[in-house]
Amino acid sequence: MIYNEEFETLPREALEALQVKRLQQAVQRVYHTVGFYKRSFDNAGVKPDDIRSLDDLRRLPFTTKQDLRDNYPYGLFAVPMSSVVRVHASSGTTGRSTVVGYTRRDIDTWSELMARCFVMAGLTKNDIIHNAYGYGLFTGGLGAHYGAERLGASVIPISGGNTKRQIMILQDFGPTAICATPSYTLYLAEQGEEMGVDMRSLKLRVGVLGAEPWSEKMRGQIEDKLDITALDIYGLSEVMGPGVAMECLEAKQGLHIFEDHFIAEIIDPETGEVLPEGETGELVFTTVTKEAFPLIRYRTRDVSRLVKAPCRCGRTLVRMDRVTGRSDDMIIVRGVNVYPSQIEGVLLNIPGIEPHYMLIVDREGNLDTLEVQVEVGEKVFAETGEVKVLQELSRRITKDIKDYLGVSTKVKLVEPKTIQRFEGKAKRVIDKRTI
Amino acid sequence: MNKVEQISIFLENKPGGLEFVTRVLKDAGINIRALSLADTSDFGVLRLIVNDAEKAKQVLKDNGFTVGRTSVVAVLVPDRPGGLHSILEALSKENINVEYMYAFVERSGEHAIIIFRFNATDRAIEILTKSGFTVLPGEKVYSL
Repeated sequence: MIYNEEFETLPREALEALQVKRLQQAVQRVYHTVGFYKRSFDNAGVKPDDIRSLDDLRRLPFTTKQDLRDNYPYGLFAVPMSSVVRVHASSGTTGRSTVVGYTRRDIDTWSELMARCFVMAGLTKNDIIHNAYGYGLFTGGLGAHYGAERLGASVIPISGGNTKRQIMILQDFGPTAICATPSYTLYLAEQGEEMGVDMRSLKLRVGVLGAEPWSEKMRGQIEDKLDITALDIYGLSEVMGPGVAMECLEAKQGLHIFEDHFIAEIIDPETGEVLPEGETGELVFTTVTKEAFPLIRYRTRDVSRLVKAPCRCGRTLVRMDRVTGRSDDMIIVRGVNVYPSQIEGVLLNIPGIEPHYMLIVDREGNLDTLEVQVEVGEKVFAETGEVKVLQELSRRITKDIKDYLGVSTKVKLVEPKTIQRFEGKAKRVIDKRTI
Repeated sequence: MNKVEQISIFLENKPGGLEFVTRVLKDAGINIRALSLADTSDFGVLRLIVNDAEKAKQVLKDNGFTVGRTSVVAVLVPDRPGGLHSILEALSKENINVEYMYAFVERSGEHAIIIFRFNATDRAIEILTKSGFTVLPGEKVYSL
Protein backbone atom coordinates (compact mmCIF):
# COMPACT_ATOMS: atom_id res chain seq x y z
CA MET A 1 0.00 0.00 0.00
CA ILE A 2 1.16 3.51 -0.81
CA TYR A 3 -0.26 6.61 0.86
CA ASN A 4 0.64 9.15 -1.80
CA GLU A 5 0.86 7.08 -4.95
CA GLU A 6 1.65 10.07 -7.16
CA PHE A 7 4.68 11.38 -5.31
CA GLU A 8 6.03 8.10 -3.98
CA THR A 9 6.20 6.45 -7.39
CA LEU A 10 7.24 9.32 -9.67
CA PRO A 11 9.62 8.21 -12.40
CA ARG A 12 13.16 9.23 -11.32
CA GLU A 13 13.39 11.81 -14.07
CA ALA A 14 10.20 13.57 -13.04
CA LEU A 15 11.17 13.32 -9.39
CA GLU A 16 14.54 14.91 -10.04
CA ALA A 17 12.94 17.69 -12.12
CA LEU A 18 10.62 18.39 -9.20
CA GLN A 19 13.58 18.43 -6.83
CA VAL A 20 15.49 20.95 -8.96
CA LYS A 21 12.48 23.27 -9.14
CA ARG A 22 11.88 23.07 -5.40
CA LEU A 23 15.58 23.39 -4.62
CA GLN A 24 15.82 26.59 -6.66
CA GLN A 25 12.88 28.08 -4.80
CA ALA A 26 14.30 27.01 -1.43
CA VAL A 27 17.71 28.48 -2.19
CA GLN A 28 16.19 31.81 -3.26
CA ARG A 29 14.06 31.86 -0.14
CA VAL A 30 16.85 31.18 2.37
CA TYR A 31 19.22 33.60 0.64
CA HIS A 32 16.76 36.44 0.98
CA THR A 33 15.28 35.67 4.38
CA VAL A 34 18.04 34.16 6.54
CA GLY A 35 21.12 36.29 7.20
CA PHE A 36 23.24 33.20 7.91
CA TYR A 37 22.63 31.70 4.46
CA LYS A 38 23.26 34.98 2.64
CA ARG A 39 26.62 35.29 4.39
CA SER A 40 27.56 31.65 3.88
CA PHE A 41 26.60 31.66 0.15
CA ASP A 42 28.43 34.95 -0.36
CA ASN A 43 31.54 33.59 1.35
CA ALA A 44 31.44 30.57 -0.95
CA GLY A 45 30.95 32.85 -3.96
CA VAL A 46 27.71 31.21 -5.04
CA LYS A 47 24.44 32.94 -5.94
CA PRO A 48 20.98 31.35 -5.88
CA ASP A 49 20.82 31.75 -9.67
CA ASP A 50 23.85 29.47 -10.03
CA ILE A 51 21.74 26.50 -9.02
CA ARG A 52 20.44 25.08 -12.29
CA SER A 53 20.65 21.34 -11.71
CA LEU A 54 20.91 18.84 -8.89
CA ASP A 55 24.64 18.65 -9.55
CA ASP A 56 24.92 22.33 -8.68
CA LEU A 57 23.85 21.48 -5.14
CA ARG A 58 27.45 20.58 -4.33
CA ARG A 59 28.49 24.18 -4.95
CA LEU A 60 26.53 25.26 -1.87
CA PRO A 61 28.29 25.34 1.49
CA PHE A 62 27.41 22.87 4.23
CA THR A 63 25.42 23.73 7.33
CA THR A 64 26.60 22.13 10.56
CA LYS A 65 25.29 21.51 14.02
CA GLN A 66 27.61 24.27 15.20
CA ASP A 67 25.91 26.74 12.84
CA LEU A 68 22.61 25.79 14.46
CA ARG A 69 24.05 26.35 17.92
CA ASP A 70 25.58 29.68 16.90
CA ASN A 71 22.16 30.89 15.82
CA TYR A 72 20.32 29.70 18.93
CA PRO A 73 17.39 29.92 19.36
CA TYR A 74 15.61 31.42 16.33
CA GLY A 75 18.45 32.77 14.16
CA LEU A 76 17.88 30.34 11.27
CA PHE A 77 14.11 30.72 11.07
CA ALA A 78 13.02 31.90 7.63
CA VAL A 79 9.60 33.22 8.67
CA PRO A 80 8.48 35.63 11.40
CA MET A 81 7.37 34.04 14.67
CA SER A 82 3.79 34.98 13.87
CA SER A 83 3.87 32.27 11.20
CA VAL A 84 5.44 29.66 13.47
CA VAL A 85 2.84 27.41 15.07
CA ARG A 86 5.20 25.07 16.93
CA VAL A 87 8.78 24.66 18.10
CA HIS A 88 10.69 21.53 19.06
CA ALA A 89 14.19 21.24 20.44
CA SER A 90 16.88 18.61 20.72
CA SER A 91 18.01 17.51 24.15
CA GLY A 92 21.34 19.28 23.82
CA THR A 93 23.38 16.73 25.74
CA THR A 94 26.57 17.84 24.03
CA GLY A 95 26.01 21.58 24.28
CA ARG A 96 23.24 24.04 23.66
CA SER A 97 20.08 22.46 22.38
CA THR A 98 19.03 23.21 18.83
CA VAL A 99 15.62 24.75 18.28
CA VAL A 100 13.49 24.09 15.23
CA GLY A 101 10.21 25.69 14.11
CA TYR A 102 7.24 24.73 11.98
CA THR A 103 4.61 26.72 10.09
CA ARG A 104 1.11 25.34 9.73
CA ARG A 105 2.10 24.02 6.32
CA ASP A 106 5.25 22.39 7.73
CA ILE A 107 3.13 20.52 10.27
CA ASP A 108 0.83 19.52 7.46
CA THR A 109 3.72 18.15 5.37
CA TRP A 110 5.19 16.35 8.36
CA SER A 111 1.82 14.74 9.17
CA GLU A 112 1.54 13.49 5.61
CA LEU A 113 5.07 12.06 5.62
CA MET A 114 4.42 10.25 8.89
CA ALA A 115 1.16 8.92 7.44
CA ARG A 116 3.18 7.68 4.45
CA CYS A 117 5.49 5.88 6.89
CA PHE A 118 2.62 4.13 8.62
CA VAL A 119 1.15 2.99 5.33
CA MET A 120 4.61 1.80 4.31
CA ALA A 121 4.50 -0.36 7.44
CA GLY A 122 1.19 -1.84 6.30
CA LEU A 123 -1.05 0.17 8.64
CA THR A 124 -4.50 1.57 7.82
CA LYS A 125 -7.15 3.61 9.59
CA ASN A 126 -8.32 0.40 11.22
CA ASP A 127 -5.14 0.11 13.24
CA ILE A 128 -4.61 1.14 16.84
CA ILE A 129 -1.19 2.72 17.35
CA HIS A 130 0.54 2.61 20.72
CA ASN A 131 2.74 5.70 20.55
CA ALA A 132 5.49 5.35 23.15
CA TYR A 133 7.71 8.07 21.70
CA GLY A 134 8.11 10.90 24.18
CA TYR A 135 5.66 13.78 23.82
CA GLY A 136 7.15 17.21 24.36
CA LEU A 137 10.09 19.08 22.94
CA PHE A 138 11.31 15.81 21.39
CA THR A 139 9.84 15.47 17.89
CA GLY A 140 9.03 11.76 18.18
CA GLY A 141 5.78 11.82 20.13
CA LEU A 142 3.89 14.58 18.37
CA GLY A 143 5.36 13.71 14.97
CA ALA A 144 4.04 10.14 15.09
CA HIS A 145 0.80 11.33 16.70
CA TYR A 146 -0.09 13.73 13.89
CA GLY A 147 0.79 11.16 11.26
CA ALA A 148 -1.38 8.51 12.88
CA GLU A 149 -4.31 10.94 13.08
CA ARG A 150 -3.76 11.97 9.46
CA LEU A 151 -4.02 8.32 8.49
CA GLY A 152 -7.17 8.02 10.56
CA ALA A 153 -5.77 5.34 12.85
CA SER A 154 -6.57 5.37 16.56
CA VAL A 155 -3.68 6.73 18.62
CA ILE A 156 -2.87 5.78 22.18
CA PRO A 157 -0.71 8.75 23.24
CA ILE A 158 1.03 6.86 26.03
CA SER A 159 4.40 8.65 25.59
CA GLY A 160 7.53 7.19 27.24
CA GLY A 161 8.04 5.72 30.70
CA ASN A 162 5.78 3.96 33.19
CA THR A 163 6.56 0.56 31.75
CA LYS A 164 4.11 -1.51 33.83
CA ARG A 165 1.23 0.68 32.73
CA GLN A 166 2.37 0.39 29.12
CA ILE A 167 2.29 -3.39 29.38
CA MET A 168 -1.21 -3.28 30.84
CA ILE A 169 -2.36 -1.05 27.99
CA LEU A 170 -0.72 -3.29 25.41
CA GLN A 171 -2.81 -6.16 26.83
CA ASP A 172 -6.08 -4.31 27.43
CA PHE A 173 -6.36 -1.75 24.62
CA GLY A 174 -5.21 -4.15 21.93
CA PRO A 175 -2.95 -1.90 19.87
CA THR A 176 -1.85 -3.45 16.57
CA ALA A 177 1.23 -1.27 16.11
CA ILE A 178 3.83 0.28 18.38
CA CYS A 179 6.01 3.36 17.91
CA ALA A 180 9.04 3.52 20.19
CA THR A 181 12.79 3.37 20.22
CA PRO A 182 14.07 -0.15 19.51
CA SER A 183 15.77 -0.35 22.90
CA TYR A 184 12.60 0.62 24.74
CA THR A 185 10.58 -1.87 22.69
CA LEU A 186 12.96 -4.63 23.70
CA TYR A 187 12.80 -3.45 27.29
CA LEU A 188 8.99 -3.57 27.20
CA ALA A 189 9.12 -7.10 25.83
CA GLU A 190 11.50 -8.27 28.52
CA GLN A 191 9.65 -6.56 31.35
CA GLY A 192 6.40 -8.08 30.09
CA GLU A 193 7.95 -11.54 30.11
CA GLU A 194 9.17 -10.97 33.63
CA MET A 195 5.65 -10.01 34.70
CA GLY A 196 4.45 -13.30 33.26
CA VAL A 197 2.69 -11.78 30.25
CA ASP A 198 2.75 -13.75 27.02
CA MET A 199 4.12 -10.90 24.91
CA ARG A 200 3.87 -12.91 21.70
CA SER A 201 0.14 -13.26 21.97
CA LEU A 202 -0.62 -9.53 22.04
CA LYS A 203 -2.45 -8.05 19.06
CA LEU A 204 0.69 -6.14 18.04
CA ARG A 205 1.87 -6.95 14.54
CA VAL A 206 4.13 -4.07 13.53
CA GLY A 207 6.74 -1.89 15.21
CA VAL A 208 7.72 1.46 13.71
CA LEU A 209 10.98 1.89 15.54
CA GLY A 210 13.69 4.50 15.38
CA ALA A 211 15.39 7.53 16.91
CA GLU A 212 18.56 5.55 17.65
CA PRO A 213 20.91 3.24 15.77
CA TRP A 214 20.12 -0.47 16.03
CA SER A 215 21.29 -3.70 14.43
CA GLU A 216 19.75 -6.57 12.51
CA LYS A 217 20.46 -8.74 15.54
CA MET A 218 18.33 -6.47 17.70
CA ARG A 219 15.58 -6.51 15.07
CA GLY A 220 15.58 -10.28 15.26
CA GLN A 221 15.25 -10.23 19.03
CA ILE A 222 12.36 -7.74 18.97
CA GLU A 223 10.51 -9.64 16.26
CA ASP A 224 10.98 -12.87 18.12
CA LYS A 225 9.97 -11.67 21.56
CA LEU A 226 6.85 -9.80 20.39
CA ASP A 227 6.02 -11.82 17.28
CA ILE A 228 5.86 -8.65 15.18
CA THR A 229 7.51 -7.17 12.11
CA ALA A 230 9.94 -4.49 13.25
CA LEU A 231 10.64 -1.69 10.78
CA ASP A 232 13.17 1.11 10.92
CA ILE A 233 12.11 4.75 10.73
CA TYR A 234 14.60 7.58 10.35
CA GLY A 235 14.47 11.25 11.07
CA LEU A 236 16.15 14.04 12.97
CA SER A 237 14.60 17.12 14.44
CA GLU A 238 16.81 19.49 12.45
CA VAL A 239 15.48 18.11 9.17
CA MET A 240 11.89 17.63 10.41
CA GLY A 241 11.61 14.84 12.95
CA PRO A 242 10.65 11.20 12.42
CA GLY A 243 9.41 10.48 8.92
CA VAL A 244 12.35 11.64 6.81
CA ALA A 245 12.79 8.03 5.66
CA MET A 246 11.09 4.70 6.33
CA GLU A 247 11.68 1.05 5.63
CA CYS A 248 8.95 -0.67 3.62
CA LEU A 249 7.24 -3.83 4.75
CA GLU A 250 7.68 -5.47 1.34
CA ALA A 251 11.46 -5.33 1.07
CA LYS A 252 12.73 -4.49 4.57
CA GLN A 253 15.86 -3.48 2.75
CA GLY A 254 16.82 0.15 3.27
CA LEU A 255 14.71 3.18 4.13
CA HIS A 256 12.91 5.20 1.45
CA ILE A 257 13.72 8.90 1.70
CA PHE A 258 10.85 11.22 0.84
CA GLU A 259 12.74 12.93 -1.92
CA ASP A 260 9.92 15.24 -2.96
CA HIS A 261 10.73 17.06 0.31
CA PHE A 262 14.34 16.22 1.07
CA ILE A 263 17.43 15.87 -1.10
CA ALA A 264 19.98 13.42 0.29
CA GLU A 265 23.67 13.25 -0.51
CA ILE A 266 26.49 11.05 0.76
CA ILE A 267 29.80 12.77 1.31
CA ASP A 268 33.27 11.86 2.42
CA PRO A 269 33.31 13.36 5.92
CA GLU A 270 36.98 14.24 5.60
CA THR A 271 37.04 16.02 2.26
CA GLY A 272 33.38 17.00 1.89
CA GLU A 273 33.36 15.50 -1.61
CA VAL A 274 30.10 13.97 -2.79
CA LEU A 275 30.53 10.21 -3.14
CA PRO A 276 29.13 8.10 -5.99
CA GLU A 277 25.94 6.15 -5.47
CA GLY A 278 26.40 3.05 -3.34
CA GLU A 279 29.38 4.28 -1.34
CA THR A 280 29.30 4.62 2.41
CA GLY A 281 29.74 8.06 3.94
CA GLU A 282 28.02 10.84 5.83
CA LEU A 283 24.40 11.68 5.08
CA VAL A 284 23.67 15.28 4.11
CA PHE A 285 20.14 16.65 3.79
CA THR A 286 18.66 19.67 2.07
CA THR A 287 15.02 20.45 2.79
CA VAL A 288 13.23 21.80 -0.26
CA THR A 289 9.73 22.53 1.03
CA LYS A 290 10.19 23.53 4.65
CA GLU A 291 9.07 27.07 5.44
CA ALA A 292 10.00 27.89 9.03
CA PHE A 293 13.31 26.06 9.36
CA PRO A 294 14.79 25.27 5.94
CA LEU A 295 18.20 23.61 5.91
CA ILE A 296 20.75 23.61 3.12
CA ARG A 297 23.21 20.71 2.98
CA TYR A 298 22.95 19.86 6.64
CA ARG A 299 25.63 17.46 7.80
CA THR A 300 23.89 14.83 9.90
CA ARG A 301 27.08 12.96 10.97
CA ASP A 302 25.04 9.80 10.40
CA VAL A 303 26.79 7.15 8.34
CA SER A 304 24.81 5.46 5.59
CA ARG A 305 24.72 4.82 1.85
CA LEU A 306 22.17 5.45 -0.88
CA VAL A 307 20.71 3.02 -3.40
CA LYS A 308 18.50 4.16 -6.27
CA ALA A 309 17.66 0.71 -7.61
CA PRO A 310 13.90 0.12 -7.94
CA CYS A 311 12.24 -1.42 -4.92
CA ARG A 312 9.89 -4.36 -4.73
CA CYS A 313 7.27 -2.12 -3.09
CA GLY A 314 6.93 0.00 -6.22
CA ARG A 315 8.31 3.21 -4.77
CA THR A 316 10.91 5.02 -6.84
CA LEU A 317 12.30 6.88 -3.83
CA VAL A 318 15.98 6.38 -3.10
CA ARG A 319 16.78 4.06 -0.20
CA MET A 320 19.29 4.72 2.55
CA ASP A 321 20.95 1.96 4.52
CA ARG A 322 20.11 1.62 8.15
CA VAL A 323 22.29 4.17 9.97
CA THR A 324 25.03 2.23 11.67
CA GLY A 325 27.27 4.88 13.11
CA ARG A 326 28.47 8.42 13.31
CA SER A 327 31.04 9.93 11.02
CA ASP A 328 32.71 11.47 14.06
CA ASP A 329 33.94 7.94 14.81
CA MET A 330 35.49 7.42 11.38
CA ILE A 331 39.13 6.45 11.15
CA ILE A 332 41.33 6.50 8.08
CA VAL A 333 43.70 3.59 7.75
CA ARG A 334 46.11 3.63 4.80
CA GLY A 335 43.69 5.90 2.98
CA VAL A 336 40.64 3.70 3.58
CA ASN A 337 37.73 5.14 5.57
CA VAL A 338 36.70 2.72 8.27
CA TYR A 339 33.73 3.07 10.60
CA PRO A 340 33.77 1.03 13.80
CA SER A 341 30.17 0.06 13.04
CA GLN A 342 31.29 -1.63 9.81
CA ILE A 343 33.78 -3.75 11.73
CA GLU A 344 31.06 -4.55 14.24
CA GLY A 345 28.82 -5.60 11.37
CA VAL A 346 31.44 -8.07 10.17
CA LEU A 347 32.05 -9.43 13.67
CA LEU A 348 28.35 -9.97 14.35
CA ASN A 349 28.18 -12.20 11.28
CA ILE A 350 30.83 -14.54 12.60
CA PRO A 351 29.41 -17.21 14.91
CA GLY A 352 31.00 -17.42 18.33
CA ILE A 353 32.21 -13.83 18.43
CA GLU A 354 31.08 -11.49 21.16
CA PRO A 355 30.23 -7.94 20.04
CA HIS A 356 32.94 -6.56 22.31
CA TYR A 357 35.86 -5.19 20.41
CA MET A 358 38.40 -2.42 20.33
CA LEU A 359 40.25 -0.95 17.38
CA ILE A 360 43.84 0.15 17.85
CA VAL A 361 45.29 2.32 15.13
CA ASP A 362 49.03 2.80 15.08
CA ARG A 363 51.82 3.51 12.68
CA GLU A 364 54.84 1.32 11.99
CA GLY A 365 57.38 3.19 9.92
CA ASN A 366 55.19 5.01 7.44
CA LEU A 367 52.46 2.43 7.42
CA ASP A 368 49.21 2.60 9.37
CA THR A 369 48.27 -0.53 11.24
CA LEU A 370 44.85 -1.52 12.47
CA GLU A 371 44.58 -4.03 15.25
CA VAL A 372 41.19 -5.49 16.05
CA GLN A 373 40.93 -6.84 19.56
CA VAL A 374 38.07 -9.27 19.98
CA GLU A 375 36.97 -11.19 23.00
CA VAL A 376 36.92 -14.95 22.67
CA GLY A 377 33.44 -16.12 23.48
CA GLU A 378 32.72 -18.99 25.80
CA LYS A 379 30.85 -20.84 23.07
CA VAL A 380 33.50 -21.07 20.40
CA PHE A 381 36.09 -22.37 22.83
CA ALA A 382 34.05 -24.57 25.17
CA GLU A 383 33.23 -27.22 22.58
CA THR A 384 36.77 -28.20 21.76
CA GLY A 385 39.25 -25.96 23.52
CA GLU A 386 41.50 -26.32 20.51
CA VAL A 387 44.19 -23.94 19.36
CA LYS A 388 43.38 -24.46 15.71
CA VAL A 389 39.76 -23.39 16.23
CA LEU A 390 40.98 -20.07 17.56
CA GLN A 391 43.51 -19.66 14.79
CA GLU A 392 40.81 -20.34 12.23
CA LEU A 393 38.57 -17.79 13.90
CA SER A 394 41.31 -15.21 13.81
CA ARG A 395 41.97 -15.91 10.13
CA ARG A 396 38.28 -15.70 9.32
CA ILE A 397 37.94 -12.30 11.01
CA THR A 398 40.95 -10.95 9.13
CA LYS A 399 39.63 -12.27 5.85
CA ASP A 400 36.07 -11.03 6.31
CA ILE A 401 37.20 -7.53 7.24
CA LYS A 402 39.51 -7.48 4.22
CA ASP A 403 36.71 -8.72 1.95
CA TYR A 404 34.06 -6.30 3.17
CA LEU A 405 36.08 -3.20 3.99
CA GLY A 406 39.21 -3.62 1.90
CA VAL A 407 41.54 -3.05 4.79
CA SER A 408 44.13 -5.39 6.28
CA THR A 409 43.99 -5.89 10.01
CA LYS A 410 45.83 -7.75 12.67
CA VAL A 411 43.37 -9.63 14.84
CA LYS A 412 44.16 -10.15 18.47
CA LEU A 413 41.99 -12.49 20.47
CA VAL A 414 41.72 -11.42 24.07
CA GLU A 415 40.28 -12.93 27.23
CA PRO A 416 36.58 -12.45 27.93
CA LYS A 417 35.45 -9.37 29.79
CA THR A 418 38.80 -7.64 29.40
CA ILE A 419 37.50 -5.06 26.92
CA GLN A 420 35.94 -2.11 28.67
CA ARG A 421 32.14 -2.04 28.78
CA PHE A 422 30.34 1.20 28.04
CA GLU A 423 27.05 2.54 29.16
CA GLY A 424 25.78 4.87 26.48
CA LYS A 425 28.24 5.98 23.83
CA ALA A 426 30.97 3.40 23.40
CA LYS A 427 34.55 4.36 22.66
CA ARG A 428 35.84 1.76 20.26
CA VAL A 429 38.93 3.36 18.81
CA ILE A 430 42.34 4.09 20.26
CA ASP A 431 44.44 6.06 17.80
CA LYS A 432 48.09 5.91 18.79
CA ARG A 433 49.40 7.57 15.63
CA THR A 434 51.45 10.67 16.07
CA ILE A 435 51.52 12.45 12.77
CA MET B 1 34.90 -45.44 27.50
CA ASN B 2 38.42 -44.89 28.69
CA LYS B 3 38.60 -41.23 27.84
CA VAL B 4 40.24 -38.59 29.94
CA GLU B 5 38.81 -35.16 30.33
CA GLN B 6 41.27 -32.39 29.60
CA ILE B 7 40.47 -28.76 30.27
CA SER B 8 41.84 -26.00 28.09
CA ILE B 9 42.27 -22.40 29.13
CA PHE B 10 42.60 -19.51 26.73
CA LEU B 11 45.42 -17.17 27.71
CA GLU B 12 46.62 -13.95 26.21
CA ASN B 13 50.38 -13.69 25.90
CA LYS B 14 51.14 -11.46 28.83
CA PRO B 15 53.10 -11.69 32.05
CA GLY B 16 51.17 -13.04 35.01
CA GLY B 17 48.59 -14.91 32.94
CA LEU B 18 49.79 -18.36 33.83
CA GLU B 19 50.50 -17.43 37.43
CA PHE B 20 46.89 -16.38 37.89
CA VAL B 21 45.66 -19.77 36.68
CA THR B 22 47.86 -21.69 39.09
CA ARG B 23 46.84 -19.41 41.95
CA VAL B 24 43.15 -19.97 41.27
CA LEU B 25 43.70 -23.73 41.19
CA LYS B 26 45.85 -23.68 44.31
CA ASP B 27 43.24 -21.70 46.25
CA ALA B 28 40.60 -24.22 45.21
CA GLY B 29 42.81 -27.11 46.33
CA ILE B 30 43.06 -28.59 42.86
CA ASN B 31 46.00 -30.78 41.94
CA ILE B 32 47.46 -30.70 38.45
CA ARG B 33 48.27 -34.16 37.07
CA ALA B 34 49.64 -33.21 33.69
CA LEU B 35 49.92 -30.12 31.62
CA SER B 36 51.06 -28.71 28.32
CA LEU B 37 51.13 -25.19 26.98
CA ALA B 38 50.46 -24.56 23.32
CA ASP B 39 51.43 -21.15 22.11
CA THR B 40 50.96 -19.11 18.97
CA SER B 41 52.36 -15.66 18.34
CA ASP B 42 49.27 -14.05 19.82
CA PHE B 43 47.85 -16.28 22.47
CA GLY B 44 48.32 -19.52 24.30
CA VAL B 45 46.16 -22.43 25.33
CA LEU B 46 46.98 -24.20 28.55
CA ARG B 47 45.91 -27.84 28.63
CA LEU B 48 45.48 -29.47 31.99
CA ILE B 49 44.49 -32.74 33.48
CA VAL B 50 43.53 -32.28 37.11
CA ASN B 51 42.13 -34.34 39.95
CA ASP B 52 38.72 -32.62 39.73
CA ALA B 53 37.95 -31.28 36.26
CA GLU B 54 34.43 -30.15 37.11
CA LYS B 55 35.54 -28.03 40.05
CA ALA B 56 38.55 -26.65 38.19
CA LYS B 57 36.34 -25.55 35.35
CA GLN B 58 33.96 -23.86 37.72
CA VAL B 59 36.56 -21.87 39.63
CA LEU B 60 38.35 -20.86 36.44
CA LYS B 61 35.10 -19.67 34.90
CA ASP B 62 34.24 -17.81 38.07
CA ASN B 63 37.54 -15.98 37.70
CA GLY B 64 36.76 -14.92 34.15
CA PHE B 65 38.67 -17.49 32.11
CA THR B 66 37.43 -19.02 28.91
CA VAL B 67 37.55 -22.74 29.54
CA GLY B 68 37.01 -25.57 27.08
CA ARG B 69 36.90 -29.31 27.52
CA THR B 70 38.39 -31.98 25.28
CA SER B 71 38.46 -35.73 25.40
CA VAL B 72 41.95 -37.13 25.29
CA VAL B 73 43.41 -40.60 25.71
CA ALA B 74 46.03 -41.62 28.28
CA VAL B 75 48.22 -44.54 27.27
CA LEU B 76 50.69 -46.41 29.42
CA VAL B 77 54.00 -46.75 27.61
CA PRO B 78 56.89 -48.92 28.71
CA ASP B 79 59.77 -46.59 29.64
CA ARG B 80 62.34 -48.02 27.23
CA PRO B 81 63.62 -47.32 23.69
CA GLY B 82 60.91 -47.94 21.09
CA GLY B 83 58.05 -47.67 23.59
CA LEU B 84 56.33 -44.74 21.94
CA HIS B 85 57.20 -45.97 18.48
CA SER B 86 55.25 -49.19 18.87
CA ILE B 87 52.11 -47.22 19.73
CA LEU B 88 52.41 -44.85 16.80
CA GLU B 89 53.09 -47.74 14.47
CA ALA B 90 49.82 -49.39 15.43
CA LEU B 91 47.91 -46.17 14.93
CA SER B 92 49.52 -45.14 11.69
CA LYS B 93 48.60 -48.48 10.11
CA GLU B 94 44.96 -47.63 10.78
CA ASN B 95 45.23 -44.06 9.55
CA ILE B 96 44.69 -42.41 12.90
CA ASN B 97 46.00 -38.89 13.15
CA VAL B 98 47.64 -37.50 16.28
CA GLU B 99 46.73 -33.87 16.73
CA TYR B 100 48.99 -33.32 19.69
CA MET B 101 50.44 -35.21 22.63
CA TYR B 102 52.40 -34.72 25.80
CA ALA B 103 54.02 -37.09 28.23
CA PHE B 104 54.89 -37.53 31.86
CA VAL B 105 56.54 -40.26 33.82
CA GLU B 106 54.63 -42.32 36.31
CA ARG B 107 55.72 -42.22 39.95
CA SER B 108 57.16 -45.74 39.94
CA GLY B 109 59.37 -44.73 37.01
CA GLU B 110 58.62 -47.91 35.06
CA HIS B 111 56.14 -46.37 32.71
CA ALA B 112 55.57 -43.12 30.95
CA ILE B 113 52.06 -41.91 30.43
CA ILE B 114 51.33 -40.22 27.17
CA ILE B 115 48.30 -38.05 26.66
CA PHE B 116 47.05 -38.12 23.09
CA ARG B 117 44.52 -36.06 21.21
CA PHE B 118 43.36 -38.00 18.15
CA ASN B 119 41.17 -37.04 15.22
CA ALA B 120 39.03 -40.12 15.95
CA THR B 121 39.14 -40.79 19.66
CA ASP B 122 36.87 -43.85 19.95
CA ARG B 123 38.45 -45.63 17.04
CA ALA B 124 41.94 -44.95 18.41
CA ILE B 125 41.03 -46.44 21.78
CA GLU B 126 39.66 -49.50 20.06
CA ILE B 127 42.85 -50.03 18.07
CA LEU B 128 45.14 -49.46 21.04
CA THR B 129 43.20 -51.86 23.24
CA LYS B 130 43.14 -54.50 20.53
CA SER B 131 46.89 -54.12 19.99
CA GLY B 132 47.48 -54.85 23.67
CA PHE B 133 48.32 -51.38 24.98
CA THR B 134 47.00 -50.15 28.30
CA VAL B 135 44.56 -47.28 27.94
CA LEU B 136 44.09 -45.71 31.34
CA PRO B 137 40.56 -44.83 32.45
CA GLY B 138 39.90 -41.25 33.51
CA GLU B 139 39.59 -41.98 37.26
CA LYS B 140 42.97 -43.64 37.24
CA VAL B 141 44.65 -40.63 35.67
CA TYR B 142 42.89 -38.08 37.88
CA SER B 143 44.09 -39.85 41.01
CA LEU B 144 47.66 -40.69 39.98
